[in-house]
Amino acid sequence: MEQLTADHVHVHHIDPVEEYEQSKFGMWLFLGTEILLFGGLFATYAIFRAKYPEMFHLDHLKLDWELGALNTIILIGSSMTMAIGVTASKKGNNKLLIIMLAITIICGLVFGFNKYLEYTAKFAHHIYPDTSIFFSLYFMMTGLHMLHVFIGLIVLLIIMILAIKGRYSASYNTHVEVGGLYWHLIDLIWIYLFPLLYLIG
Amino acid sequence: MSENHDEHITPYKTYVIIWLILMALTVITVYVAREIDLGSINLFVAMIIASIKATIVALFFMHLKYEDSITWVFALYPLFLLSLLIGLTSIDVFNRIVP
Repeated sequence: MEQLTADHVHVHHIDPVEEYEQSKFGMWLFLGTEILLFGGLFATYAIFRAKYPEMFHLDHLKLDWELGALNTIILIGSSMTMAIGVTASKKGNNKLLIIMLAITIICGLVFGFNKYLEYTAKFAHHIYPDTSIFFSLYFMMTGLHMLHVFIGLIVLLIIMILAIKGRYSASYNTHVEVGGLYWHLIDLIWIYLFPLLYLIG
Repeated sequence: MSENHDEHITPYKTYVIIWLILMALTVITVYVAREIDLGSINLFVAMIIASIKATIVALFFMHLKYEDSITWVFALYPLFLLSLLIGLTSIDVFNRIVP
């Protein structure tokens, strides 16, 4: 009897539709924790900005808002290509999915490269995380965001490899949808970071 | 596997339109902050526009519009917690009477 139960547990008996819904819901739960992870930093930002408005104003002028705007355009564009990829996958168009994933990954890499240029320019001007509270927050918030971009890129790369291997079809595309949700959250957080740090600091 | 589960598939065209709207809002954010200096309400305006953008991303790119109510609850609950975090911390910090 015990043997029978153990066997039963190991059999994949979950309905794919149910698996899809549960995975998606699980990702939404995780995204909630991500919002609160960044939320701590947003709260810190709010407090110190209210306490030292002059410092925030003077320091934010040292940031390259044009590069920040370019990165905003790139990241929102990559969100669109990801979303198109999800639809392509649901329609069973595997080729379009692979192309869209490739564009999304390239956008993510360009975003990271721009960030690298930005950081090195700051270091060249002797601006480090300990320069001021503003730059401490700037490096922490964009750095944590960048970490998410890297993780997102790894997730998307794995999905692309699986897509090339032909794992996804109109009836099975859970990874694509769930991976897409994560990528959109990265975009969503940047939508707040860009004006807060680059435009109205 | 039921092929026809009632899942909404967003057409490609919708995403392109959404992208254009997001781009337009980004231009407005930059323009308002750089060209028309609204002074003290700068922050307020920028956050309103960012929230509109974030809502559009969640509704269409993340398909929240087509999700069931329990997903909505768990998508909005963290925002409630976030408002508590920022709101109560602010009230605490700015109402302390330092002896």
